[in-house]
Amino acid sequence: MATFNLKINGKNQEVEADPNTPMLWVLRDTLGLVGTKYGCGIAACGACTIHVDGIAMRSCQMPVSKVKDQSITTIEGLSENGNHPVQKAWMEHDVPQCGYCQAGQIMSAASLLNDNSNPSDADIDAAMNGNICRCGTYTRIKAAIKTAAKG
Amino acid sequence: MTFIKTKVGRRSFIKSSAVAGGGMMIGFSWLAGCKTEPMIEEEILQMPAEWFNINGFLKIGDNGVVTIMSPNPEIGQNIKTSMPMLVAEELDIDWKKVVVEQAPLNTDLYKRQLAGGSQSIRQGWKSLRMAGATARRVLCEAAAKAWEVPVEEITTDAGMLFHKATEKSAHYGEFASAAAEIEIPEEVELKSVKDFKIIGNSKRNVDGKKIVTGQPLFGLDTQREGMLHAMIQHPPAFGMKLKSVDDSAAKSMPGIKDVFTINTYPDAEKKQWCDVDAFSDLVVVVGNSTWEVMQAKEVLKVEWEATSGFENSASHTEKMAAFAGKAKEARKDGNPEAAFKNAAEIIERSYTAPFLAHNCMEPMNFFADVKDGKAELVGPVQTPEFMEKSVSTRLGIPLENIDIQMTRMGGGFGRRLYGHFLVEAALISQKVGAPIKLTYTREDDMTFGTYRPAYHATYRAALDENKNLIAFHIKAGGIPESPLFANRFPAGAVDNYLAESWSLESNISTGAWRAPRSNFIAGAEQAFLDEVAEKMGKDPIQFRLDLLEKAKNNPVGEKNDYDAARYAGVLKLVRDKSNWGKADAGLNRGVSAYFCHNSYVANVLDLKVENGKPIVDKVYCAVDCGIVVNPDAAKNMMEGGTVDGIGHALFSGLTFKDGVPEQSNFDKYRLIRHSEAPKEIEVHFVKSEIDPTGLGEPPFPPIIGAVANALYKATGKRVYDQPFVKEGALLG
Ligand code: FES
Ligand code: FES
Repeated sequence: MATFNLKINGKNQEVEADPNTPMLWVLRDTLGLVGTKYGCGIAACGACTIHVDGIAMRSCQMPVSKVKDQSITTIEGLSENGNHPVQKAWMEHDVPQCGYCQAGQIMSAASLLNDNSNPSDADIDAAMNGNICRCGTYTRIKAAIKTAAKG
Repeated sequence: MTFIKTKVGRRSFIKSSAVAGGGMMIGFSWLAGCKTEPMIEEEILQMPAEWFNINGFLKIGDNGVVTIMSPNPEIGQNIKTSMPMLVAEELDIDWKKVVVEQAPLNTDLYKRQLAGGSQSIRQGWKSLRMAGATARRVLCEAAAKAWEVPVEEITTDAGMLFHKATEKSAHYGEFASAAAEIEIPEEVELKSVKDFKIIGNSKRNVDGKKIVTGQPLFGLDTQREGMLHAMIQHPPAFGMKLKSVDDSAAKSMPGIKDVFTINTYPDAEKKQWCDVDAFSDLVVVVGNSTWEVMQAKEVLKVEWEATSGFENSASHTEKMAAFAGKAKEARKDGNPEAAFKNAAEIIERSYTAPFLAHNCMEPMNFFADVKDGKAELVGPVQTPEFMEKSVSTRLGIPLENIDIQMTRMGGGFGRRLYGHFLVEAALISQKVGAPIKLTYTREDDMTFGTYRPAYHATYRAALDENKNLIAFHIKAGGIPESPLFANRFPAGAVDNYLAESWSLESNISTGAWRAPRSNFIAGAEQAFLDEVAEKMGKDPIQFRLDLLEKAKNNPVGEKNDYDAARYAGVLKLVRDKSNWGKADAGLNRGVSAYFCHNSYVANVLDLKVENGKPIVDKVYCAVDCGIVVNPDAAKNMMEGGTVDGIGHALFSGLTFKDGVPEQSNFDKYRLIRHSEAPKEIEVHFVKSEIDPTGLGEPPFPPIIGAVANALYKATGKRVYDQPFVKEGALLG
């Protein structure tokens, strides 16, 4: 066990954890931020996507000891009240079915739009291919990303 | 107008108070919102000071806000929105004033609280509207009494009561208290289709905002004071059981509270259909956090022993083909033997498909707190009523002391019909004497499945010298069940018809998987019909329409399990919308149509093959599911089912080696990804006033046939064995 000072959603948080603990479980079990989802644990599904200094990362493969002073954003901290353009576009297109993958999808999409404000279909496919949706909402996700890019 | 005897019992007169301190503010737009309205208005819905229970399905606040209980488990089929819409329609309430809550498990009141068979909307259609209509009726009676006018003269609109002649009006909240005292009427009047205001108008997912902001909604999000985390270790192979365990290393790992074994189903005779005992001796690790438990699981030293033979996928196709000789007749019309004997040409083709894992994105999990002879269970399960019985039987706790709470589910697809994980969680909590959350790792989830069976079907068609279809023969089976539906199309459309069925036992646990059996047989049949049409020199849509015409006007046999006119209806709609036969230049198009779970779906799919990889450009879907309750959500289901069907047809499969599943996570198990999804999906609904049917399953089966038929157009080669894209191989 060791103590880590983390910057999460704009707040400083002190957590006690084994240094190898993936951020996913620190967020979910230790901090109760359960919006970040567990899907595979091996960086193969994207459900656990968070932002580390604004960049989409798979939290299931990121040990807490590697975070250092980088700032972490989770789905809970993406916006004040669900009004991030990507979240608004997701609601406008009513994207979710079961909804379980969507936090990860939104975090990947928001990171994509940070880098590329007008992504092509190929850009979207490349950035989003690591995020599985078993319910098959891919076409709506693409449409929502385009709406978010415009707005 | 429809009159129905009400079956809703006398409601309780309990008034439940709202949040202490006089109300809570919540943004209504994320509780209920309408697609056509501007986004996320910051209007705020004031919660009432007092709620009045009207009939168990709904309560009305003194300010006119209405809470509607959504009775069924939500697995992504969106019934948490569409079922309350049925209540709201007959209550005649403004949807903006509706708050939706997940109902508790109470099948005396809510009847069928199960997610399966695409039946929620179909079976809730009358009862939910009745719940709304009876509530509206008692509100009208309360107003009539207060205003001293005949109840027949009271009208309603969007949560308001009116008496025209005296120009009186009031909102529902003003009479909620009085209405709660009035006996529920014996007969209620339901609206006719033309008067619907909510049904048929898209309403957004009531959990939409919670989902996109990451609020706790799913079973895996459950957290409680003092809750411990638990995981199980099951045998690595089907046909193995626990021999011994050395838990010394695991027990000394940080954060670990206990390691022990449980036996979920010691008595096979007490099992219900939804219990799974492929692995019933399990090693359990309990600790302070998910990660610590995962780490301890890694250092368990477990010895397993063989109990029966091991399955190998490599030999399955051969084994199935050999076993098909033992098929039993399921239906025979005319004289198929003679017709095949006299045929000028016989076409024979065989089709196969592998086992599939459900792979719900949220792995299996459940919270349990068993103490003082009571069990509280919270989590994702499609069959809460059945699992309540299983937990009761296994733990010896009476049913009335078991409380199962339904959470939103990260997918179901049939996997969560089999709730052995509730029994596991309950036993673990009982043993450690603390609330626990049992979590399956992805590997546990994928290797302890209730898989889609492996299937095999051989089709034969006999043509006469004029290339007329004179006989049709299907012989279908699988491990461990047959996918045959003997009375489905083209039964009834061919004079000489034979359907045969066989099955081969296995120790691999299998179960219902999105559109059971149809999920294979539709694709096989629709690919075969395509080949037959080609040999006959007919357009594949016209060929199907001709058969359906015969089935409609001059059916063969009596038990034909489809409505030929509705079947033809979706084919014609998809033909017209896709400009079939007119705009196909340069396109590789495949067509397919199927009827299952009471709904009809037809597809036209356009694809190309580039660098050996399929690219699906466009899919047209035509659907007849009767009245469409929530059109945009229905469209979402169609799109999702289409993507899911394409993905499984092209890429997915679970194989076994010596009883061990060879894929245990998404690095090896291929699911369709963003770049492989169709670029465009168009969905067209048949306009209908027939009672609605479901859409959870119907979009899945036919699209597989459309993929196969389009692949043939693109490559000149027919595909028979799913998944069509083999690992490391190119198409074409
Ligand atoms: S849980 Fe991290 S990528 Fe799947
Ligand atoms: S919405 Fe269910 S997995 Fe994506």
